Amino acid sequence: MIWNEKIETMNLEDLKEVQSKRLKSMLDYIYNNSTFYKNKFDKEGINIEDIKSIDDITKLPFTTKEDMRDNYPFGIFSNKSKLAEIHVSSGTTGNPTLVGYTKDDIGLWSDVMARTLGCAGAKPGDVIQIAYGYGLFTGGLGFHYGALEMGLTIIPCSAGMTKRQLKIMEDFKPRILACTPSYAMYMSEDAKDMGMDPRKSSWEIGIFGAEPWSESMRTQIENTWNILATDVYGLSEIIGPGVAQECTNKEGLHVFSDVFYPEIINPTTGQPVKEGEDGELVFTTFTKKAIPVLRYRTRDIVSMTNKQCKCGRTSPRISKIKGRTDDMIVVRGINVFPSQIEHVLVNIEGTTPHYQLVVDRSSKNLDTLEIHVEVEQKIFSDEIKKLTQFENKIQDEIESMLGVSVKVKLLEPRSIERSIGKAVRVIDKRNI
Amino acid sequence: MMILNNKELDLEINYFDKKNETLDREYLEKLQLTKLVKTVDQALKIEFYKKRLNGIGIKSGRDIKSFEDFKKIPFTSKDELRSSYPKGFLSVDMDDVIRLHTSSGTTGVPTVIYHTRNDIENWAFLTARCMMAAGATKKDIFQNMTGYGLFTGGLGMHYGAEKIGMTVIPAGSGNTKRQIQMMKDFKTTVVHATPSYMLHIYDIIVEEGINLSELSLKRAFLGAEPYGEQTRKKLEDLLKIDVYNSYGLSEMNGPGVSFECIYKNGMHTWEDFFILEIIDPVTGKVLEDGKQGEIVFTTLDREATPILRYRTKDLTHVYKGRCECGRVHRRISRITGRTDDMLIINGANVFPSQIEEVIMKYPEVGTNYQIFLTNKGALDKLTVKVEIYSKMFKGEISELDSLKKRIADHIKSAIIVNPTVELHEPGSLPVSEGKAKRVIDERSKL
Amino acid sequence: MKMTQLSIFLENRKGRLYDVCSLLGKNNINILALTIAETEDFGVLRTVVNKPEEAMKALKENGFAANLTDVVIVEVEHKPGGLAKILKILNDGNINIEYMHAFVKQHTDNAYMTFRFDNPDEALKVLKKNGIKIITNDDIK
Repeated sequence: MIWNEKIETMNLEDLKEVQSKRLKSMLDYIYNNSTFYKNKFDKEGINIEDIKSIDDITKLPFTTKEDMRDNYPFGIFSNKSKLAEIHVSSGTTGNPTLVGYTKDDIGLWSDVMARTLGCAGAKPGDVIQIAYGYGLFTGGLGFHYGALEMGLTIIPCSAGMTKRQLKIMEDFKPRILACTPSYAMYMSEDAKDMGMDPRKSSWEIGIFGAEPWSESMRTQIENTWNILATDVYGLSEIIGPGVAQECTNKEGLHVFSDVFYPEIINPTTGQPVKEGEDGELVFTTFTKKAIPVLRYRTRDIVSMTNKQCKCGRTSPRISKIKGRTDDMIVVRGINVFPSQIEHVLVNIEGTTPHYQLVVDRSSKNLDTLEIHVEVEQKIFSDEIKKLTQFENKIQDEIESMLGVSVKVKLLEPRSIERSIGKAVRVIDKRNI
Repeated sequence: MMILNNKELDLEINYFDKKNETLDREYLEKLQLTKLVKTVDQALKIEFYKKRLNGIGIKSGRDIKSFEDFKKIPFTSKDELRSSYPKGFLSVDMDDVIRLHTSSGTTGVPTVIYHTRNDIENWAFLTARCMMAAGATKKDIFQNMTGYGLFTGGLGMHYGAEKIGMTVIPAGSGNTKRQIQMMKDFKTTVVHATPSYMLHIYDIIVEEGINLSELSLKRAFLGAEPYGEQTRKKLEDLLKIDVYNSYGLSEMNGPGVSFECIYKNGMHTWEDFFILEIIDPVTGKVLEDGKQGEIVFTTLDREATPILRYRTKDLTHVYKGRCECGRVHRRISRITGRTDDMLIINGANVFPSQIEEVIMKYPEVGTNYQIFLTNKGALDKLTVKVEIYSKMFKGEISELDSLKKRIADHIKSAIIVNPTVELHEPGSLPVSEGKAKRVIDERSKL
Repeated sequence: MKMTQLSIFLENRKGRLYDVCSLLGKNNINILALTIAETEDFGVLRTVVNKPEEAMKALKENGFAANLTDVVIVEVEHKPGGLAKILKILNDGNINIEYMHAFVKQHTDNAYMTFRFDNPDEALKVLKKNGIKIITNDDIK
């Protein structure tokens, strides 16, 4: 179903008018309510009166992840006294990125998530099993709010405890499954162990996201579970999930461009690329109140088309994520930056700055993250117990920062290959 | 005598719902009877209750004319709730259910509670009442440090805090350093956690050398596991905050059943939403206020899963007399024990039988086992000791490690608590002759 | 030829190693090689004895978790570089060693080493091809 028919099927000219109007009111709002943007505009000599339509957006400056981090926690905020909810997402170093919502923002989130669900084929009355993590991670509560808005029955499973998830699926027959694509594959292994036939699952629609995945993985998931597997895109800096979603035609993700305006730029020059070409995805939030962002650089590489989709939605569609402009990796839906690991290691006596992240996908389709760390000579002990304890200490600290489980492997000094240029920090063995 | 911190003497009493919190007793009881008619009608839509109620001559809610009539209704046990899982206790159309929560039962079969939109609304309303009674206002920044998802602690308090208009940080449990960092960064004023986790937080605050002046904490709502008055005192002195007790159970929504007001003298139980009875666990006789016994609850406003006279297996007593805060709702004391062998480990309810069921699925280990509980700092540590079964021993360390891991993961999936699995030699654990001592609880009492 | 090694599960508890050794002694079983692999909470004693089947029987009767595994025992020249020579052969033959330990008793002027391979048959082939002496039951009687 099309949840917000008026907006989602609006003709392009009218949509453009809405976008222009919203951009102008947004600029007015951030200039008057966010010290960060006021300073930025004043410094760069930007007069918001010069912005007449959405086409002028290219005259405005970008916002980066560093801007978010440097102004942590409340710097980029427009008006913090009205916050209804706070989430955090991983930052590139010790400081996380703050994600704040006013009551209106939660309303906006509920609306775009209801659109997302509708886009994937959900309808009021359906039962949804939400197996994205609840809590600070935006996946769980985002879907929760959207499902509530649409009038679905929610089973708030959160992530993990697979046997219980499967039992719940059997007992309550949910039609919709929301989780990361790798977890959907992982669950199929446990299902077989439990003697279930995954093809007979009650799930008809899967809404999978929070990590990059390929068409071949889609085929695998669809055949395994006998399910329609759709892709959802979002990032917490914009709102969480609910930024773009595939319709049942599965030909690109519809961006809810009346509220989150997309641009594709050349990451080096910052200039727009031609329609259909790959580039970095940039978003402007028109109506968000707590943390409005202007031309936020997502660092995700995609292409975009304005061709109209068979489903009737007029919004532009983006491709699946084709890469990143930085070294971020996604492990079980959690964003991980090598610099975060470094931040932990420098504070642990006995480790060295020589480390590597080895990502793999186990035979059971679970992503594994191994941290290889060279340690100083003095750490080695002939007692395995002591080495295990040291390993566990590093592991605890890293897990505490990332919120994802890792395996730590201690290496002798000089066992990681040295490179002359930029050190190779990530070895990704997954075949995504 | 009420227990008060000096700084609290000038605190004002806040109500979220003054009218219904300060009714007079007589009217409250009338209200209960009125709501009971509706509840029984709703329950009659459930096959289980229909049979049971018809059996004692109750054909409609109007057949309940007095509390005497009500007391003729037999108790509902947890086993009965589970027996017709999954849909047995659903009394509305599934289209009207907007959420369900399941909780682990004593064995593999869970219990499920369904909620309509009104049920969720009422639940939020009750947790809002609770937190406001304990002094929270919309100015507060609320860090909710209990698990989200199927566990009711997270979402239950989340919705109530939202209703009051607080800023909610849905922190979830665990990851202590990040919790403290957020308290600093976002100037958190109110937290919700288990008492043991709060003690753990304090330990880490000390370990990290954080000055209390860097924090803005004022209040902590603690529940989900038993703790004593001296622990409250300790936390209040150490952290310079006020600590309030909370009680709830998933069959009665979750949190939001009983809560302390600023007088910290017993937990007000919202009697316009739950009928509260204390019974003698052996005879089933209803006891008068002041007498120790088992709590029995009846839901009064629940549409999707009404439950009549539910035996909680929690032991407590009701305080005599009315609280100085003016609320009519009677107060219960802390939970002093259980009528069964349920364990509470880091806030999660665990039955030894759940662990046993997992162990029996692994032919690599014998049938003898031991559940060992200790405190590691303030947190509970669960160790499950199992014996290697001679015939399945292959001699490879890697296999043993993977076996340990598989059993641990499986137990976690069953009880939500992360155990350490220890492998022992065959015959080294006590043999199960008659009643073997399966549970060794060496935790110091909180 | 593959030889047999006994692996015995042991808790990290005082006196357990003594219990095993005295049991073997009482049954007139001689320990030829041994090593202990430790982890945080348990260990596995690996030993080559003169009468593995009998040892196994005695251990089982006394409630120990024990098992027999295939190992390869190799004669190593007792001089600098002796072991390295063997390891080079294995390395060149692309053979992975899971663990190894040495004999306590010297039968000849040379030393004996016990190897556990993930693929013992392939290892045997490589070693034999390179003229390395493989120890059999007759050598250790």
